Amino acid sequence: MSASITELPPTAPHHHVPPESFLRKYVFSLDHKVIGKQYLGLGLIAVCTGMFLSWIMRYHLAFPDKAVPLIGWIAPTFAAGGVITPEFYLQLMTMHGTIMVFFVLTTAPFAGFGNFVLPIQVGAEDMAFPRFNMMSFWVTFVAFAVLVAAFFVPDGPPLSGWTAYAPLSAVGKASGPGEGLGQTLWVISIGIFCIGQLLGSLNFIATTLDLRAKGMTLARLPYSTWAWFITSMIGLIAFSVLLPACVLLLLDRVAGTSFFIPAGLVVSDAVQPHSGGSPLLWQHLFWFFGHPEVYIAIVPGFGIISTILPAVCRKPHLGPRVLIGCQLAIAGLSYMVWGHHMFLSGMSPASATLFSVPTLIITIPAAIITLLWLGTIYGSKLRLSTAALFCLGFVSVFVTGGLSGFFLSQPSIDTYLHGTYFVVGHFHFVMGVAAMFGIFAGTYFWFPKMFGRMMNETLGKWHFALTFIGVYATFMPMHWLGLEGNIRRYSSFPSDYMHGSLPLHRFITFSALFLGAAQLIFLVNLLWSRLRGPVAPDNPWEATTLEWSTTSPPPFDNFGGVHPVVYHGPNEYGVSGPRGDYVMQTDPPMAATPVAATPVAVT
Amino acid sequence: MGKSFAIAVSVIALLSAGVFAARIWWLPPDISALGLRIDGQLAETMVFTGVLFVAAQLALAAFVWQSTGRTATIRLFPGGPMPLVGAATAIVGLEVLALVFIGTRVWSQAFLTPAPANAIHIDVQAGQFAFYFRYAGPDGKFGVPHPELINEGESNFFGLDPKNDTAARDDIVSASLVVPVDQPVLLTMHSKDVGHSLFIPQLRLQQDFVPGLIIPVHFTATGITKTEIVCTQLCGLGHYNMRAYFEVLSKDDFAKWLTDQAGQ
Amino acid sequence: MSIAKGMAPSSAARTGVWVGIGAITMSFAAYTSAMVVRHGSIPEWQHFTLPPILYWNSLVLVASSVTLELARQRIGGPFDRLGHSASLLAAKSRAWLPWYGVTLALSFAFLAGQYLAWKRLSGEGVYLATSPSSSFFYVLTALHALHLLGGLAALVYALRCLRSDDGPRPVNVLAAAALYWHFMAVLWIYLLVVLALWV
Repeated sequence: MSASITELPPTAPHHHVPPESFLRKYVFSLDHKVIGKQYLGLGLIAVCTGMFLSWIMRYHLAFPDKAVPLIGWIAPTFAAGGVITPEFYLQLMTMHGTIMVFFVLTTAPFAGFGNFVLPIQVGAEDMAFPRFNMMSFWVTFVAFAVLVAAFFVPDGPPLSGWTAYAPLSAVGKASGPGEGLGQTLWVISIGIFCIGQLLGSLNFIATTLDLRAKGMTLARLPYSTWAWFITSMIGLIAFSVLLPACVLLLLDRVAGTSFFIPAGLVVSDAVQPHSGGSPLLWQHLFWFFGHPEVYIAIVPGFGIISTILPAVCRKPHLGPRVLIGCQLAIAGLSYMVWGHHMFLSGMSPASATLFSVPTLIITIPAAIITLLWLGTIYGSKLRLSTAALFCLGFVSVFVTGGLSGFFLSQPSIDTYLHGTYFVVGHFHFVMGVAAMFGIFAGTYFWFPKMFGRMMNETLGKWHFALTFIGVYATFMPMHWLGLEGNIRRYSSFPSDYMHGSLPLHRFITFSALFLGAAQLIFLVNLLWSRLRGPVAPDNPWEATTLEWSTTSPPPFDNFGGVHPVVYHGPNEYGVSGPRGDYVMQTDPPMAATPVAATPVAVT
Repeated sequence: MGKSFAIAVSVIALLSAGVFAARIWWLPPDISALGLRIDGQLAETMVFTGVLFVAAQLALAAFVWQSTGRTATIRLFPGGPMPLVGAATAIVGLEVLALVFIGTRVWSQAFLTPAPANAIHIDVQAGQFAFYFRYAGPDGKFGVPHPELINEGESNFFGLDPKNDTAARDDIVSASLVVPVDQPVLLTMHSKDVGHSLFIPQLRLQQDFVPGLIIPVHFTATGITKTEIVCTQLCGLGHYNMRAYFEVLSKDDFAKWLTDQAGQ
Repeated sequence: MSIAKGMAPSSAARTGVWVGIGAITMSFAAYTSAMVVRHGSIPEWQHFTLPPILYWNSLVLVASSVTLELARQRIGGPFDRLGHSASLLAAKSRAWLPWYGVTLALSFAFLAGQYLAWKRLSGEGVYLATSPSSSFFYVLTALHALHLLGGLAALVYALRCLRSDDGPRPVNVLAAAALYWHFMAVLWIYLLVVLALWV
């Protein structure tokens, strides 16, 4: 043992022996590759759960007077006979949002793919702190279990939305069904989740800064690694604020404090024994986390798209330094805009302008990044794998989702659109669609590396086609509902108000169920390919980054005892070299002759 | 597949943009003093984002189309990234400047200027799950509300104490918000229990109720109508059903209404 | 202990601690900014005087940082190019151990002192939920103590490494634990100032 330790260069971690027992290999594994897959697995379970909840909601919205099939059997106490009560609708909605935002969009793109891919992309054997890494997954898992437990307590899960505004979420069960134990479990779950994420950020930052292979300068980092690195820094600050918010909310609920509850509230005919708190304080703390959170959800997607696009376009990414600079700008600006969720909240109206300006400015780096993608796609030789299609789709839906934000970032327009379905359409496009497309693209791209088998391309293309149409059909009409003034978070629309919007709601429901069904193709593809897919070569996409220089799947220490040395950046596509039209990062140094007539900017 | 994608993107983009442009689903007609400006800003934003939306989607479609098939060749984007950086910064930046400039004026007129001196003051209380509106009555003074005296069964929604508080004796409490046309109205908004929000689409007016705060908001209705106020902040299971009527009456009708209410 | 455990290089350990410091700083910034904003806005604030033991306690905590550094200086012995020491256990200088013990003792004294401060306050009828000011006081002091316990665990772990492991690792573990420990003292001083000014 000590002989191998002295052979390693001083900067590499001393790696542990491959585990033997089942528990150590697959359950409490220290291997970042296993942990990454565990996160992806958790994300998959979470997204199926969250989607299922949304189907119940959508069915009810479209057919408010009908019982929802099967639900009476699944949830006899809350939905006897399949009848969705107003409180049950809100409880479903709360859990849908919480599960999707936290356990899908914050885990899969970042902790899932990042854990698997980042150490390999920087040339390391594992993350910097494998035990903290294992802990971060299991802490996240416990958080999920605590959240799901809220479904099984007598009064059910909370109904205050994923945003859990106080005092609704703070005064306890007086304010509504599920606001007792259910809400407490929610707060504890999210608090635990914060800890898991902080442990994860710790690893990503330390690994990226300290464990890079020889020759892997920061300038040569793959764009996905940059994105995960930036995301981990955003998350570090954001989750460090959400955790205090949860602690204070928990104390208000169980210890009689009044951080968020003012004096003189009369809830359910009882004057509440609190005083001195501020509901706006919760909103400030929550959204200080909440806005960076949506960038945590999307920035990994930027990285994934920017990594896949050059490989499938067979030409270098346009403006990689501008790309990274814009992502850093977005990360920084993301901390200055949280008040745009609070324009009408009762905070000082003057601060609305203060928040509106950076919110509008943040569109500039986002627009530049989009143009860089378009400029990369321009004049390419597209290899239209499913991963490529989801990248192209990402560009389309990100444009759509981003542009609707333009309206909401102006306080005077938000005066009308706030709280309407316009907002629901906006955030579903950027988070529920664009971020999901990033996850899909990453799955189709890295599945061969993770499991040593190729996914089925025919199924993949059907999945993409039906999903692409399905997402536009489901979420575009929400903007029109919003313009009409259709209000969100309504369990149904009473007969004399907004009843005219029912046909559009029915169309959305039909599209959503169609979209959900299309995801079955993806699930089948995952399972089939995992078991029976054709064996994958080391580098099926002819990509340049380090994970493609090792086997599929990689060996235990990622590189089989070899320590990779990096000579090139990740952008060497469309150049002629011994492999063809690309040069891998670990290929020996050479004068690369570009295939294109104009010189390629080498990073 | 690439060409089908390009066609699909183009069709979706043009269809969606068309629906927006045709205003098939659109805001209700506005009847507020500021509504014209807000609607104008909305329309301007719609045009700007609509143009960008269609341009970006069609560019994506065109580039994908050109990049698929056997005739595709590698070409670097002319000029590299900097022209795109410049264009994005200039176009988006100018639009942002314009919108901030226009928007701030509208916003400050709505929320940063105090109500005119002749505004009718109406006190609004939101609670799970109803709005109540209180007028000062003939004495022009509001009684003091006491949360511990709130008794819905006896219709004492505001917790007034008419026995000991003379100003409270003639306060008029209504479940509808009734205002005269072309007359500034000042609402002081407070919440009985949790967060709520008041939204009157035709006035382009929306403001949250924050427990513990009294929030002033003012408007002038410029058209006679009867429409609904809806709650737009999740407040519990009855949130979907928390509404009140909003009526704008002629000045004479309003005076009559007020007298009728005072008589009760 | 024959299987080598996963070890990060010393630079990663330091990065890790700095990242942790960043996160903890941010979370206390959230708590203290909430406190400062609330203090100015409400009639229910109810100022109270901090128990004097808190000031003595601060000296104790700062002293423990000093003694920790004294201990670290006394961990001597040559290190070869790869950072292996001849043997820490063989290094004649065991002068570090008593200072290390004093550090641990002082940290327990600090925690005991905090507990006494709480007892004093609760004896005066100031509890967690008494007023917003007391709520913030208890939350901030309790959370600091909780993070301090983590630092204490790290110091104990470092001690174990120093006494049984060889090579550069124990010294690096101690460096990381010491960095965190000093941060705990700095954090406490910051909290004390905030509490003294606003509670």
